[in-house]
Amino acid sequence: MSDYVVKLSDQGTVAVDDTILVKGVQAAAGSRILEGFRPLFSAEAVTRLEKKGYVVSGKTQVGEFGLDLVGEFSYYADKEEELTGAAAGLVSRGAVKAALGVDLNGAPRRAAALSGVDFLKPTYGTVSRYGVISCAASGEQIGVYAGNVESIGEIMGVIAGHDGKDGTSLREESYDYRTDLAVRGKKVCIVRELLDRADGEVRGRVEAYGEKLRKNGAAVEEVSCDLFETANTAWQILMDAETCNNVSRYDGVKFGHRAAEYKNIDELYVNTRTEGFNFLTKAVILYGSDVLSKGRYEDCYGKSLKVRRVVAERFAELMKDYDAVLAPACGKAAYKAYDIRDAFETVFQESVFTSVPNLTGIPALACGGVQLMGKALNESVLLSLAGSVERAGGSL
Amino acid sequence: MRYEMVVGLETHVELSTNSKIFCSCGGHSAAKEPNDCVCPACCGMPGMLPVMNKRVVELAVTAGLMLNCEISRYTTFDKKNYYYPDLPCSYQITQLNHPICTNGCVTLKTTSGERDIHIKQIHMEEDAGKLVHVGKASYIDFNRTSVPLIEIVTQPDFRSAEEVLVYLNKLKTMFRSGGISECEEGAMRCDVNVSVRPEGSTEFGVRTEIKNMASFESIERAIRYEVQRHIDAIEFETEELVQETRRFDEASGKTFAMRNKETAADYRYFPDANLMPVIIDEEWLEEIKAKMPAAIDEKADYYREAGISEKEIDMLIHNHNAGELLDRVVALGCDAKGAAGWILTDCAGILRKNGKLLGDLELGAKDLAAIIKMVDDGRVNRMSGRKILTAVMETGVDPAAYCRENALDAQADRATVERVIDTVLNENAKALEDYRNGKVKAKQALFGACMKALKNTADTALIRELLDERLSQC
Repeated sequence: MSDYVVKLSDQGTVAVDDTILVKGVQAAAGSRILEGFRPLFSAEAVTRLEKKGYVVSGKTQVGEFGLDLVGEFSYYADKEEELTGAAAGLVSRGAVKAALGVDLNGAPRRAAALSGVDFLKPTYGTVSRYGVISCAASGEQIGVYAGNVESIGEIMGVIAGHDGKDGTSLREESYDYRTDLAVRGKKVCIVRELLDRADGEVRGRVEAYGEKLRKNGAAVEEVSCDLFETANTAWQILMDAETCNNVSRYDGVKFGHRAAEYKNIDELYVNTRTEGFNFLTKAVILYGSDVLSKGRYEDCYGKSLKVRRVVAERFAELMKDYDAVLAPACGKAAYKAYDIRDAFETVFQESVFTSVPNLTGIPALACGGVQLMGKALNESVLLSLAGSVERAGGSL
Repeated sequence: MRYEMVVGLETHVELSTNSKIFCSCGGHSAAKEPNDCVCPACCGMPGMLPVMNKRVVELAVTAGLMLNCEISRYTTFDKKNYYYPDLPCSYQITQLNHPICTNGCVTLKTTSGERDIHIKQIHMEEDAGKLVHVGKASYIDFNRTSVPLIEIVTQPDFRSAEEVLVYLNKLKTMFRSGGISECEEGAMRCDVNVSVRPEGSTEFGVRTEIKNMASFESIERAIRYEVQRHIDAIEFETEELVQETRRFDEASGKTFAMRNKETAADYRYFPDANLMPVIIDEEWLEEIKAKMPAAIDEKADYYREAGISEKEIDMLIHNHNAGELLDRVVALGCDAKGAAGWILTDCAGILRKNGKLLGDLELGAKDLAAIIKMVDDGRVNRMSGRKILTAVMETGVDPAAYCRENALDAQADRATVERVIDTVLNENAKALEDYRNGKVKAKQALFGACMKALKNTADTALIRELLDERLSQC
């Protein structure tokens, strides 16, 4: 992408993904519909980094609006045979110290797990969403990719905190991103239902990670919990509905792509949006529009809001006995390129591992090819568990 | 058969706030050019988040209290989806599930007695922009986008067009006096729901909705036309009535069904996750109540007792800032009737000279009170008082300093005035002669010459008194 410029500084450089605004630099969220859109201001997280002397070195590709698996369906990027994700790849090659990504539906966590780097999706409301090209306001969060948990803790210390420009921003005085809490005595559970959904290699990875935590003094045990599938359905419904609504502003009237051919306002809308969105986004728009429509609302959207509350309660119940859940971040150890017409269903299936944190706002950390989920505002527990494994050496 | 009309109103009122409902842009009244008052938030750019304007909540609550509503302690916002080029986000932020006020009631005085109109709810929402069509091209002006509105929804309680007008006028008066809205042309728009039924029936007839009318006159004409259309349809079977949305055509005075496409939309309302619920606690509610102006009726009674004329009372109640200024100068010890004259005659005159209206009045109560006191104490004469007032209003100078610098104090004593009068009479023998010959006008010329000679340093009443005395001796 022409806007990609790598600058270096003493503090280290940070890349941000294409759904996060940097003043004057094209921000298209991987979509043709926003081609040429140059924002007038930077995201709050970007401003905070720059104030502390970090250099935002460039934008990384995302799949259109962050709706796909790991970033495979960007309008701007070349097709890859083996799916990885641009930001995770950049971090794993050591080209940047860290990268910011928006976790809407688990894409950054999957990408990090596939590339063997870390990604923290922090508790909802800890990092301002001001300057995020929003899809689903109720669950999306800016998070951090880095090669180790110490770097994640450092960057989170800079970007987290109350922001009056975001009405959903929490008003906590400070946050804890320590990475060296005692692991001995911490209790971790592995959810059997999630493990069963993953392939053999991923299962092996989760079990091996559990073994390492055990070696470092944590108690790890398997539990049964049937929440995840229902939670996933609820989150997909809420996310699709909110996304359908938020991308409805991209109509060719004000900025971004506009169809060359149209005879009236209806054709301007239809042609622009037909050309501007990819197949997956269109599927999300249709699905999201359907679940909000008269006659369907109560059974779909309304029920999902109730499920959100129930899942949060039941997850909190589970977390009375445990400090973290150890789970796959995605079902397969590797993904090959696939047809976009299968994307809606594929993403739906894979999101079963990632939806609960988006639905309920709890933090989740992709690390060592697996995922840890924890209690709200308990990031330091997740970072410390992963830190104990990283410091003991050998991530995968 | 005799029929009775059943009408309900949805009234949109633009709130008088300094900034828009979810961003810090000034309202469209502050705009000089199209798209003067827009920012990334109110023109729908991604990355911006709505931040609630607290003042909007306070004005909506004030309106609710004035209309005797229950005030919700927990109020939320919803998104209403539809595509139109003047709606930058393709959704409008409004309130569906938890509106800010519910279950109110307002009593109207009509020619047929008192009538209670029940208020179903009041909710807050943002306005849309404006399309400007020039030839084949269309332009969009986003100045009005996200300007705060409240929508007041009544129960179908109106039984005559007169009641509707009395209600709308009452809202207008209340909202102006409460600083809620200036209610100028276009800032108050109505959707009117109309049905008719045989007198005495308790069933409702088929209802039609006439959309978006801005003038009271159109509303009255539209209701009269629509009611007759319904009666004719029932009585003479001229057409079949269907529940539909109609628009009023000013030129023909008729209503027309709007195309189905414009009305059949499913707005797919759902909660706005960017805006946290607004919680109105006891403390905040008390704060809002404390800031509320006295009820209009009480206020009018107070002015009447002070001897202010009905015409002036009307002006004071309709011009919120004039009324407020009067209350403040009275609080500073000025006489209400005299002060009303200063505001409604002198201030209004000075504003008019500068091409402004009473609504534009910006004058500190302390400054006006100082001027009134100078005059009342006889320190400056009435004319000099007006001169000081003009200077204060036009250039913002301090009244006392201006008075000193321009030597306007009426410090000349009786002896000085008498001496000046003698000199003037000697120098104007012709005028004196004319006066003696019965030309009354000549006295005015002599008075003017005295004023000029005294350079406004004497009390006019004193000059008049001494001149009369001297002339009677001649």
